[in-house]
Parts: sequence; C-alpha cells; structure tokens
Amino acid sequence: MKTLVWVEHDGSAVKDATLAAVTAASKLGEVHLLVAGSGVDGVAKAAAGIAGVQKVHVADNAAFGHNLPENIAPLVAELMASHDAFVAPATTTGKNIAPRVAALLDVMQISEILSVEGPKTFTRPIYAGNAIATVESSDAKLVLTIRGTAFEKAASTGGSGTVEAVSAGGDAGISSFVGAEIAKQDRPELTSAKIIVSGGRALGSSEKYQEVIVPLADKLGAALGASRAAVDAGYVPNDYQVGQTGKIVAPEVYFAIGISGAIQHLAGMKDSKTIVAINKDEDAPIFQVADFGLVADLFNAVPELTGKI
Amino acid sequence: MKILVPVKRVLDYNVKPRVKSDGTGVDLANVKMSMNPFDEIGIEEAIRLKEKGVATEIVAVSVGPAKAQEALRTALAMGADRAILVQTDDEVEPLALAKIFKAIADAEAPGLVILGKQAIDGDNNQTGQMLAALTGWPQGTFASAVNVEGDHVSVTREVDGGLETVKLKLPAIVTTDLRLNEPRYASLPNIMKAKSKPLDTKSPADYGVDTAPRVKTVKVSEPPVRSAGVKVADVDELVAKLKAMGVHS
Repeated sequence: MKTLVWVEHDGSAVKDATLAAVTAASKLGEVHLLVAGSGVDGVAKAAAGIAGVQKVHVADNAAFGHNLPENIAPLVAELMASHDAFVAPATTTGKNIAPRVAALLDVMQISEILSVEGPKTFTRPIYAGNAIATVESSDAKLVLTIRGTAFEKAASTGGSGTVEAVSAGGDAGISSFVGAEIAKQDRPELTSAKIIVSGGRALGSSEKYQEVIVPLADKLGAALGASRAAVDAGYVPNDYQVGQTGKIVAPEVYFAIGISGAIQHLAGMKDSKTIVAINKDEDAPIFQVADFGLVADLFNAVPELTGKI
Repeated sequence: MKILVPVKRVLDYNVKPRVKSDGTGVDLANVKMSMNPFDEIGIEEAIRLKEKGVATEIVAVSVGPAKAQEALRTALAMGADRAILVQTDDEVEPLALAKIFKAIADAEAPGLVILGKQAIDGDNNQTGQMLAALTGWPQGTFASAVNVEGDHVSVTREVDGGLETVKLKLPAIVTTDLRLNEPRYASLPNIMKAKSKPLDTKSPADYGVDTAPRVKTVKVSEPPVRSAGVKVADVDELVAKLKAMGVHS
C-alpha cells in the first residue's frame, strides 16, 4: 500500500503532529509525504529526512499558502490517483482538509484513529472517548486522520526520501485568507509538551492564574493549559483549553490544579503518563484518575511546590 | 437568503455513555436524548442572522428515525421556520448524510448551510467538509464568528494555537464551534407554536442516496480504565515523588 501523509508545517519547519502520522502510515505501507505551501523548499528538505520516508511531493504555489481546503483538497484528490491512503494528523488543519478530500474520492473517512489493527481495520474513540470502536473500511482507498497522542513520533532525521515537484492545482477562487491571531508563547506547544501545568476555575481570576500557575510552568519548562471552565470564565485564551472540545494531550506529566475533573476535561488528558492533581475538595473526580493527589488549598500548595521543586 | 441547518438527535451530553455488554455499541435504550449541542449553536446562529435581516428563512433538516422529529421540533421552537425529516432507521454515515444534504441544497438553494462541527456520538467531524466538497462551495469550519458581507461571508475559525479568519464566496458551508454563541431556550408559547410549523417527511431514496455503510463496526468496547494512584500528605512528599521521576527544575 502506498500512503500519502499530509505534512503539517509553519512555512519553515515540520510540526510534530506530522511525525505521529508518519508512524501510523508506516504501519500501512510505503510512506510518501505531501508538502503544500508557498516557498516550502526548506520544509520539503526537512520532510525528506524523516525516518522511513520514501518520497516527498512538493506543491509550491501561492494558492496553497494558507491551507485553504478549497485549493488543497483537489490537489490531494489528484495525487490520490497514484496512492492508496491519505493520512493526515487530526489537527485543525487535518480535520479541515481530509473530509473534503474523502468526499471528492467518494470515500468514507475514518477519523482520529488510535491504532492500526489490520490493512483496513482501525480503532477510534467515540462518545468523547467513553467508548472505543473497532472499525473496518470497505472503500477501495482510505482517508484517515491520526490522533497524535496515540502514536510514537517517527525520528525527524535519518531518512533519505526523494523530493519531487508537483505542478497540479491552483486557486479555486472561492475563498481567501484574511488573517490570523496566533498566540505567541515562549514555551512548548500544548500538544507536544513533555510537562503541562493546567489551571481550573478554582483559581478565580486571570491574575491568580498568572500568579500561581505560570511560575510553576516556567520553573518546569512546561506548557500552560486550562479547563473549559477557566477558559469560559475568561482567565486564559481558548487555545489553552484541554478537553474533548479543546486539545487532546498526553504529556509525561500533567498537573491539574484547581480542576475538578469533568468528563469533558478528562477526555482530553487521561492518556497522560502521570497525572498530578491538587485540589482542596477531596471528593473531586480528578483524584480518581490522578497518580499523585494532594488535597490542599492550591494558593498555598502551588507556590510551595514551585519553591521546592 | 435561506439558511439550511442540519440537526441530529443524540445521547444527551450530560448522560454518561454505557457500552453494551455484547460489544455492539452504546446503549441508547431509555436514556435522555437531545439535539447535538453543536447543532443547537447552528440553529441559534441562523436565528441571529435572521434577526439581523441577513436571512429570510431557516430550514432545519434531520436524518434519522421518527423520533428525530423531537430535535426538529426543538429547532422550530427556537425559531426555525420549517423542517424536513429524512426518515430512516439505519445508521447513516457522514458521506451519505452529505449526499442527502447536497440534494436538499440543490432543491432549496440556501445561501448558507450551518452545521455542527461534529456530533457528540460518532465524533466524526466530517459532514460539513464533505458537503462542501460535493457542492463545490467554500467551507468555514470550527467557526467562532460569522459575518455576512454582501456576496461573501467572513468566518473566524478556532484553529490550533489561536484564531484564523477566512473570506468565503456565498453560497458557503459553516460548521460551528462552542464559542460561536450561546443558544437560547425555547419559550413555552414558542414550543406550542412550533407544533403547527410545517414538517415534511422524506426518505433517503427520495434523494436517490444509498445509505449502505462503507465502514463496518467490528466491536465497541470500554476504554482502558485508569486507576487512582496515591494521595500524598503534603507538598514535600509530592516533591519527593516528582524528583524520583526526574521531574524538577
């Protein structure tokens, strides 16, 4: 089987989500990559170096600069004439593009796979991860999105794929990119961080989040997260949200501070290797999944922890 | 401008799903069912566009069993003008749903189709994007703001790391994210009034769509259970545990 993996990048570097998708694709067969964008020679070279990659298709065109699915999906559909599976990381970009490709190919997509069980058999979460379905496709070609936390990342070096330019596609003329507000953080991204420090509604304010959560994250070189309650209360921007409707994370260590542990939140972080919970309510559901629980007032315990760690 | 809003009746989001002991799926017998929360946001957005004078008519559509009427009546009580039930007892996959909605869009010629970004049962997150592919219309997925400006719509999207705004030529597809709006509750008088609003019943065959599944569910199982660890007595003990794991500054 020949796979075509969507390379998620920021114009200069390959994003980590791609590496998990490469691992998933390598379980199906030969790994080809697609780098689409404007001025992406550097990305293509880096992508060719990912371990296990055979070929990198590069579509360099201004129309592909902002991942507009109206322009990208026809390009992918055309390349799929010579590939058997389109594999995209389940990022907001992957989720935007892959179903559009699937419908163009008349294929039923399989979303957010957790494992490859056979050539056309996969597991995936349903009901916010409260159940796991094993599903088998009967379509001639596959379109898959990959939950990044469920697969090891392929090594980003050591590969020696060939690079081939693709001239297909262009601007469909029905959509345009206006602008983006991407939060700049001098810390790891939530979805690839080794340690995450998350705060919940018990913090009570944006100021307290800054005073209590941020110093601990700084000290540990951790990413910052939050529960939906804290986001809805306006303590932090919405891209901090961990949970079923936010980001799905699985770091080495996850600190849940002042987070009660609603199903919604647990769905986003329960695959973390070690969970540390600090909450003054000893009956909080978060303690049912925590490896280390500390029943304490977070306003005393967290600064003390920051001082001693 | 007409707005088409597909809605799905799903297990209520406050109910904990239970996997059936024979592994064939999630038990939906005698549990509370409601409109998919993302679809409620879609109905609300359509109503707001009508209140602003942008939209003239809101058509709610559901594909499902006879009881899917309940979700449509809720949509009508919130403020949709009429409804179409495409009745079937089969599980209909996103690709077939998109084909049904495409046929309805061809007949109704809406300016916008607003869908939930995903249904909270299957969590597929596909139908809107697939409908966009089949119609050839542009898509603004995971919307947190929607503004119609002449023959275009500008959609602010929730993306990894922040927000992104795209400008789409109408007609267009929008899928909703949580922060787009807070759906209103239907008032009692409006619930009564909704009972007399028109609701057409059709079948997938009326639209020439084959709903035979492409993906077979082999089994459904419980996720691995995470067991509770230990409670530590104080910060010092926690620090010791963390340092033993190599976690320190």
